[in-house]
Amino acid sequence: MGRFFILFRREVASTFHQPIAYVVLFFFLVITGFNFHAGITMLNNGRGTTTVVEAFFNTMYFWFPFLLVFPFTTMRVFAEESKMGTIETLMTAPVRDSQVVLAKYAGALFFYLVLWAPSLLYFVTFQTITGMNAAGAAGSYIGAYSILIMMGMLYTSIGCLASALTDNQIVAAMISFASILTLFFLGLLSFIMPATGSILREVTYYFSPIEHMVDFSRGIVDSRPLVFYISSTLLVLFATLHVFQYRRWKS
Amino acid sequence: MVKVEKLTKKFGANTAVDSIDFEVQKGEIVGFLGPNGAGKSTTMKMLAGFLPPTSGTAEVAGCDVFTDSLRAREHIGYMPENVPLYTDMRVSEFLRYRASLKGVPGRRLRERISDVLELCGLEDVEKKMISRLSKGYRQRVGLADAMVHEPDLLILDEPTIGLDPNQIRLVRDLIRNLRRHHTILISTHILPEVEMLCSRVIIINKGRIEALDTPQNLRARLGQEGHVLFDARVPDARVAAAELRKLEGVQTVSIRNDGPWSIFKIQCTPGHDPRETIYQFAVEKSWPVRELSRPPVSLEQVFAEVTNGEEL
Repeated sequence: MGRFFILFRREVASTFHQPIAYVVLFFFLVITGFNFHAGITMLNNGRGTTTVVEAFFNTMYFWFPFLLVFPFTTMRVFAEESKMGTIETLMTAPVRDSQVVLAKYAGALFFYLVLWAPSLLYFVTFQTITGMNAAGAAGSYIGAYSILIMMGMLYTSIGCLASALTDNQIVAAMISFASILTLFFLGLLSFIMPATGSILREVTYYFSPIEHMVDFSRGIVDSRPLVFYISSTLLVLFATLHVFQYRRWKS
Repeated sequence: MVKVEKLTKKFGANTAVDSIDFEVQKGEIVGFLGPNGAGKSTTMKMLAGFLPPTSGTAEVAGCDVFTDSLRAREHIGYMPENVPLYTDMRVSEFLRYRASLKGVPGRRLRERISDVLELCGLEDVEKKMISRLSKGYRQRVGLADAMVHEPDLLILDEPTIGLDPNQIRLVRDLIRNLRRHHTILISTHILPEVEMLCSRVIIINKGRIEALDTPQNLRARLGQEGHVLFDARVPDARVAAAELRKLEGVQTVSIRNDGPWSIFKIQCTPGHDPRETIYQFAVEKSWPVRELSRPPVSLEQVFAEVTNGEEL
C-alpha cells in the first residue's frame, strides 16, 4: 500500500500544481453558490414545498456543473503521462499497473470531492443564520452526499478510461463528456416514458441520476443505485486497467 | 548480471528485435550501437520491463524481467531516450518522489538524494523547477533519477543525444565514474563515445546482433584487412602503381594525385604488413617519400562494414 500512497500524493500534487485546478474550482464555486442562492430564493417566494437540501441538489444549476466537471478532473491522468513519455519512467519503477490505475483514479476522485466539500458549508451557514433546518432529517444529507460520491465514482472512472484511451487531453475530455452526457440523457428517458408500468421506464430508472438524486436527497437510501454505481465503477476501472496495459504493450 | 536469450519483439508484421542473445557481466559497460530504428531502444525497453517481448527471455540480476518484473525493476535504473521528467516539480522534490517510489526507505532518502545531487552536479539547481532547466541539466536529473535507488544495472538510452560538446563531456565523465558501482548498458550512435566508455560493444542492425566484442578486438578484426598509405614523388604514377602491385603482401593499389606527389592507397593481403618492402622499394627507386603509414581502423569503419555502410 505504501507505493499506492506515494503515487496518490503525486497525483494530488500534480493536480494542484496546475493553474487550471484553481480556475475550475473558482467557476465551480460560483455556479454552486448561485445554485444555492436560487434555491433559497425559490423557497422564499413560497413556490417550493421541498427542503433546502432537496432544492439544492435537484436543479439544472446543480446538474450543469456536476456533469461538466468530470472531463476537467480526469482528462490529464493518463493522457498527459503518455504524451510526455513519463509513463515510461513510471512503469519501469517497481509499481504494479493496478496501483498506478487506482492511484490515478483516487487522485481524480479526490479533486472531485474537494470541489464539492465547500457545499457543506452552505447548509451550515444557512442553519446558523436562519436557525432553521436545511433538511428534513440527517438522512437527507447522508443520502444526498452518498449518491453524490457514488455518481462521482462512476463518472470519474469513465473519465479515467477516456484518458487512458488517448495521448491527447482534449480528445480524452471529449470522449468522457460525450459518454457521461449519453449516460445522463438515457436516464432522462424515464421522464419521457408515458406509462409508469412500461419495462423501459423501469430499466432506465436504474441508471437515471436524476431519479436517484430525487430519492436520495429526501433521505431515501435505496440499495439498488448503490449496487449499480459500485459495480459499474469496478467494471470501468477494470476496463481502464486493461486499456492502459494494452496500449503500452502494443506501443 | 544480464542474460538475454532469443529475445524477439514484433510490432504487427514488423520485427523490431529478431531473436537476439547476449550476456553482460557485473561491472561491465556495454555499448549498444546501431543506426536509428535498429532496435536499440526496443531492446532496452524490454530489458527495463516496459515492453513485453513477443518471445524469448531476459534476466536481470537473476530475476526474469517479465515473470518477476517488480523484483527485476528494483535492480534496474532506466533512463529513456529524451529523458521524460515531471516538469511541474522541483529537482529535489522529483528525486525524493522517485526514490520513495522505487523503494528507498525513508531514513535513507535524504542521504541518497544528496549523494546523487552531488554526483550529478545538481546542487546548484536543487530547488529549481524542472521546467526551467536546460537540456544538459535535465539529462543529469534523468541520470540522477536512474541511479537514486542504487540499482545494479543502469540502462541509459542515448544519454548524450542533443547536448553540446561540453555537456557531452560532463555526462561521459559522469558515466565513467559510475562504472565502479554499476553495470551499465548504454545505447548511442556516437562511435567515439563507445570507444571511450565501453568495455564491450554490441552492434545491432535491423533487429539482429551483427557483432559483439571489445572495441579493440572489433578494430583488430578489420585491422588485418587494413590498408597502407604511401605518399611519394614518382616519375609516373601508373607505372609505379603497377610495380607496387607486384610486391609481396600487396593486393590492390589506388592512386590519388596531389600536385607532383602521388598518394597510393595500398590494400594489404590479410596478415601482411608490406611497409618495410615498400620502403626498400622506394629507396631502390630513390623516390622521395612524404608518408608511409598504416592508419588505425576506427570503429566507424567497423560499423560501416557490419551494417553494410548504412548511414548512422
